[in-house]
Amino acid sequence: MKAGGWKDRMFPWRRLRRLGILGMNERNADFVLPYNPRSLYQLVDDKRRTKALAIELGIPVPRLYAVVEIEHQIEDLSRLLAPYGEFVVKPSHGSGGEGILVVESRSDGRYRRCSGLVLTEEDLGHHISNILSGMYSLGGIPDCALIEYRVNFDPLFTEVSYLGVPDIRIVVFRGVPVMAMIRAPTRLSDGKANLHQGAVGVGVDMITGRTYNGIWRERRIEEHPDTGGELAGICVPHWDDILTMAARCNDMVGMGYIGVDIVLDRDLGPLMLELNARPGLSIQLATRTGLLPRLRYLEGLREIPRDVPERVALAKTVANRF
Amino acid sequence: MSKLHVRLLAAVLTAVGLALCYYKVEILGLPLLPTEQAEVWTVEARIEFKARRDTAVKVQFAIPRAPRGYTVLDENFVASDYGLTTDDNGLRRQARWAIRETHGWQVLYYRIHLAKDPAAEASPPPTGVVMPVEPQSLPEPLQAAARGLLNEVRSKSADNVTFAQALLQRLNAADADSNVSLLRQDITGPDDWARRIVAILREADVSARPVYLAILKDNASRGSLTPWVEVFDGDSWVDLNPSSGETGLPGDAIVWTVGSEPLLEITGGKNGRVEYSVRRHSQEMTQIAEQRARKMGSRIMEFSLFSLPVKTQNVYRVLLLVPIGAFLIVFLRNVVGLQTFGTFMPILIAAAFRETQLLWGVAMFCLLVALGLLLRFYLESLKLLLVPRLAAVLIIVILLMAMVSVMTYKLGLDRGVSVALFPMVIMAMTIERMSMVWEEFGPVEALKQGFGSLAVAVLGYLSMSSDYLGHLVFVFPELLLVVLALTLLLGRYTGYRLLELWRFRGALKG
Repeated sequence: MKAGGWKDRMFPWRRLRRLGILGMNERNADFVLPYNPRSLYQLVDDKRRTKALAIELGIPVPRLYAVVEIEHQIEDLSRLLAPYGEFVVKPSHGSGGEGILVVESRSDGRYRRCSGLVLTEEDLGHHISNILSGMYSLGGIPDCALIEYRVNFDPLFTEVSYLGVPDIRIVVFRGVPVMAMIRAPTRLSDGKANLHQGAVGVGVDMITGRTYNGIWRERRIEEHPDTGGELAGICVPHWDDILTMAARCNDMVGMGYIGVDIVLDRDLGPLMLELNARPGLSIQLATRTGLLPRLRYLEGLREIPRDVPERVALAKTVANRF
Repeated sequence: MSKLHVRLLAAVLTAVGLALCYYKVEILGLPLLPTEQAEVWTVEARIEFKARRDTAVKVQFAIPRAPRGYTVLDENFVASDYGLTTDDNGLRRQARWAIRETHGWQVLYYRIHLAKDPAAEASPPPTGVVMPVEPQSLPEPLQAAARGLLNEVRSKSADNVTFAQALLQRLNAADADSNVSLLRQDITGPDDWARRIVAILREADVSARPVYLAILKDNASRGSLTPWVEVFDGDSWVDLNPSSGETGLPGDAIVWTVGSEPLLEITGGKNGRVEYSVRRHSQEMTQIAEQRARKMGSRIMEFSLFSLPVKTQNVYRVLLLVPIGAFLIVFLRNVVGLQTFGTFMPILIAAAFRETQLLWGVAMFCLLVALGLLLRFYLESLKLLLVPRLAAVLIIVILLMAMVSVMTYKLGLDRGVSVALFPMVIMAMTIERMSMVWEEFGPVEALKQGFGSLAVAVLGYLSMSSDYLGHLVFVFPELLLVVLALTLLLGRYTGYRLLELWRFRGALKG
């Protein structure tokens, strides 16, 4: 990019502006505030409600085994968990992957986490009790703990993830998917899939579903830092299904600007994990593309088709243009 | 749409704030700088007399009307048990003290505090007031001498003023002729002299009157008033120096009273005497302007913060700085992109720093947080529920504060006691949040955010402890409307944050 020259070097924001990079202030003021009504936040923040809504609309989600709502239920934990060898415990109002505990297997009353740590039943109980008291929820409001199906991710991703489940984050604006990336956990991110916690972000081509560019800690990388797996060139299966699913999530909660987190299960295919009402800043680094041109284009459209396949087609057109 | 709305609102708020501020500076004369000092003169008249037994005493004393070039800040009348009235006939102002029964030596005081103010005009005499006509006072032999002199002078003058000047030159000349010697003969002091001049001028049908000046000279005590002469030139009264004929008042002088009536009249007493003393001191402009504005009957000053009790004023001196800190936070978070523990926590810490002094504050903050963190990590191993754990941290914080206070006090470091001013709930929350971040994201992130918060608190302290800003927001609280306008504008700021330029540097390289 030659135009601009010294001015771009003097004023880096001019360059960012031309690249169409969306900043946090602009995202909050122009997209989150106008398109996401406050009253709908609870549908997104409460994973239990999101899940219920998704089931109603037939969007596949990881199965919910049990909900722990009150301290008293912790005493019954072993009975409650008896049928399940592996499961995930997560706070219903958690954010940023905090408070999620993945149990891989268990033997005589001890639970083995995927990190290899072994927990006693008391440890697990304390963790759930912390969740209930609101340790992981915003503002410390009392929460409930969800115990759900542990996703066996698609073997396609084994090479690019370390201790955790990689997921696909798709930003959806006015019901049209606009950008996608894969977030792969690393040793640094401790199994979590958030970029600012040290996960790897991999840009995905919206049209073909092929990965093409990796970033880790805001730097470009070619290989996964822990496993050494090649990041580019992975072809995400069921890509159109995934886009369709993301587009439908918009209809489900009625918010105009959301991030949809989807995991690929080996047996069950794409499952919707959770929604996010404030997505989309790091994704621009992973895809090496600014969100603004696409968002502004869609914002300018008088009407967005109601039909989901048409919106997926529109998503590809938009991605192709900008 | 809403962007335009916000801009209009911000423009209106800014305009209102600045207009009010402009009015206060230009019309009321409130200073923009906190250090501006002005000279204040205090003139004190001490009246002494011996009261007769068993009779009512009345004292009439001439006092200044608002003098030209000065603002009267305050006036005091000090006399125990005397009843006091003042009246102003448009020319002279008088204080009247009265008491039904007293005896022995009596002392009354009148004090006036003046500040120099070039803009202040002498209060004009109300229209329709007739100048008192004073009786001819030249005795027969002097009348003849005066007429002779006047005839000589008249030919060398054009109008009343030049006539009076020429006369004064003759009267004060070193080589006196017989007429002048006769007129000078029985003069005992400057007061007599001024009255004699007035009488001679009246002989020539020139309107003249004596005036009495208080010369503002620092540390003058037991002084008296300086007599001066005024001549009417058809439009206004012109001041003349009775011993040289020069026009104008001496520098640093005020007109105490006008006319030849006696300055002091006492009924029911004898041996009346007045002594004047003058003192100069400097006072803050703000106070002067505030007093002056009140004298002017300004509604704005009537409802200003100065009308509150001093104790409440001091509370507002701190409170009004909080918006400045809040704006700083908005700027640092939304424009720079800094992260802090809790939105306004650094501002509350900064407010505490005001009391503890910066270095002590920072040292004690670090000590408290470090000790708190250590104990918090210990609590973690006990696996407590959230609210009890928070309460436990709070209790520990308070105990630590008490301990630090006692220890530093015993060591003779008085400053340490002020640790009690830290907002302890905020401290407990900070420690809790910091330990969570420590566990979730590691010590590096926790220390980064901790020192970030501390840095913001220090910046907040520096801006909130500025004398200049403190003065501005207290004297011109309407400027906070401008701060509000800026905050609203930043609320619609959609540009990049400074740290985002760093975050997206990857994109910039590409």
